[in-house]
Amino acid sequence: MQDIKITAKNVQVHYGDTHAIKDVSVDIQDNTVTAFIGPSGCGKSTFLRCLNRMNDTIDICRVDGDIRLDGEDIYDKRVDPVQLRAKVGMVFQKPNPFPKSIYDNIAYGPRIHGLARNKADLDEIVEKSLRRGAIWDEVKDRLHAPGTGLSGGQQQRLCIARAIATEPEVLLMDEPCSALDPIATAQVEELIDELRQNFSVVIVTHSMQQAARVSQKTAFFHLGNLVEYGETDRIFTNPTDPRTESYITGRIG
Amino acid sequence: MTDASLAGTPEPRATSSILTVDDRTRKRNAAEARFRAYGIAAIAVGLVFLVVLVSSILFKGAGAFQQSFITLNVDLQEAKLDKSGTRDIEAIKKVTTFGYNPLIDDALARAIADAGAENPFTKGKDLRKMISSGAAADIRDHVIAHPEQIGETVAFKLLASSRVDGYLKGRVTRDSLARDKNLTPAHLDLVDALQTAGLVTKSFNLDFITGADASESRPEQAGIGVSMLGSFYMMLVVLACALPIGVAASIYLEEFAPQNRFTDLIEVNIANLAAVPSIVFGILGLAVFIQFAHLPQSAPLVGGLVLTLMTLPTIIISTRASLKSVPPSIREAALGIGASNMQMVFHHVLPLAMPGILTGTIIGLAQALGETAPLLLIGMVGYIASNYPDGLIEGFMAPNSAMPAQIYEWAKRADPAYYERAWGGIIILLLFLMSMNIIAIILRRRFERRW
Repeated sequence: MQDIKITAKNVQVHYGDTHAIKDVSVDIQDNTVTAFIGPSGCGKSTFLRCLNRMNDTIDICRVDGDIRLDGEDIYDKRVDPVQLRAKVGMVFQKPNPFPKSIYDNIAYGPRIHGLARNKADLDEIVEKSLRRGAIWDEVKDRLHAPGTGLSGGQQQRLCIARAIATEPEVLLMDEPCSALDPIATAQVEELIDELRQNFSVVIVTHSMQQAARVSQKTAFFHLGNLVEYGETDRIFTNPTDPRTESYITGRIG
Repeated sequence: MTDASLAGTPEPRATSSILTVDDRTRKRNAAEARFRAYGIAAIAVGLVFLVVLVSSILFKGAGAFQQSFITLNVDLQEAKLDKSGTRDIEAIKKVTTFGYNPLIDDALARAIADAGAENPFTKGKDLRKMISSGAAADIRDHVIAHPEQIGETVAFKLLASSRVDGYLKGRVTRDSLARDKNLTPAHLDLVDALQTAGLVTKSFNLDFITGADASESRPEQAGIGVSMLGSFYMMLVVLACALPIGVAASIYLEEFAPQNRFTDLIEVNIANLAAVPSIVFGILGLAVFIQFAHLPQSAPLVGGLVLTLMTLPTIIISTRASLKSVPPSIREAALGIGASNMQMVFHHVLPLAMPGILTGTIIGLAQALGETAPLLLIGMVGYIASNYPDGLIEGFMAPNSAMPAQIYEWAKRADPAYYERAWGGIIILLLFLMSMNIIAIILRRRFERRW
């Protein structure tokens, strides 16, 4: 049994009058890929964004319940979301490199968190991150070319490399492959599998095949409820809830 | 299931050839063609007005850049200028411009005689009307600068009076002089004679661009240079106040301020302030800066502060618009790797919003540069600064005018020669505005996302 990295208990999220997440409790393990699946609008992205308090940036959003990272309440008054987000990195649906050079894209995080003592240190971090992002070979000769000039798949891997450059403990991925073609998707999936060695990865995906391919644990969300959570193999072969079965067989959603 | 589908097979669609245009399509195409025609007509009308405007400005204003001069060999008589003969500069300075008038009269009479014309005037004062009344002061300045030339005969290129200048530019005719006390047709005969002798010339008038305003009776001497400097100092004040305050306010409102009734109220008020007539800002400036804070009247500092108030809403609105246009994905990216709000704004959002902010600022500045109404109320209109301000502090604090105010002042004066100068001033003002807009375009190109 692996360590529990994040514990969520009775999480409720309201957007104004809309009750988006209803009483969700889930334990996310370390060194594991956890997939959140479910139909559009079921709250899986919303729940993901609770885990690093990205919902704080939305004025009308209200989060109740208890979410703990290594046993510490992340919604505690003493928690600075900036520090939290350095530990819980995020990769977004659309590749969003900064309009700066590839090098600066990676170096930005380490710079603002003071992870590098000097230029050589920073160079090393950049190289390491790009290697772990499986994009080093493609960009090593043009580190000072703009990051926005890369292809979609390369941009997304650059964004993943950027997220891991700050040495987070958890990596949240919000549909990281939805804007990518099958080849780029395969590259990113391979990368996710490698990242499992060092991080706890939580991935939101619309593709059930993807969830089956990359994850060890799967959570199925429906209409703001967590319907079922368990080993990926079991969820896809032997779901206990009829709603899960309907969804994975393509009858709802 | 509807009744229609129950009734059996639907009626077959009428077949039609796509080679013939049906009525509906014809109507649609006609509507589009009409709309295009309206558009073209509107643009054509706009272009015609633009051409008329620009050509009339150029046509009427070009004359201000040319000035008529009369070249005279003035005998700098020692007996008149330095009676003691010691070349003592203080003694020379005691001779006023009146003392120089006889020298001009003599030189003029000699030139007329040399040109072979008859001098019908017995009094030098009447003859001298051909020359600007500022000419004596020019000669005096020259003599004080070069006292060693006293006793010699020196050739001076003296400003012709505005009526003579108008005659050479076709504005003044013998008929129009019939009711004019300043010049008689007999003068024009002499001008013709002097022109044949090559003594009357027209040349480029640098003094119009660099000089100070002159009194009502000497339009030939008036220049826009000093008020240009007044405008420059005002723009410095506007730039130094409006840019930091405006940008800081918009960043706070857009990125940090909570969304509540109070900030909504502020937003509405900023939008409304942008539409407040500028004269209201003028009277506010009069009350606050001059009557309450006792800042000097007519000073570019006060003018700049008033124009700052007027420009702030423009800058805030355009800055907020360009901050808003930065894609949210960039903000999320920055927050997602643990940047603070401020780091997000200053490292990522602001650089991307920069071209918009700069464009808005320059357009605000250009608006301020062309503003006249608020200057009326703080006394920057009608003040005649006869000299350049002495140094930086005086530049901000000493009474001055501004380019549009100077143009208004000239247009107000009775002498038609000033009318020409008002148009000339407009040309210079437009050149300034055009170059500011070009700078805005260049900056926008320069700072635009380079990838």
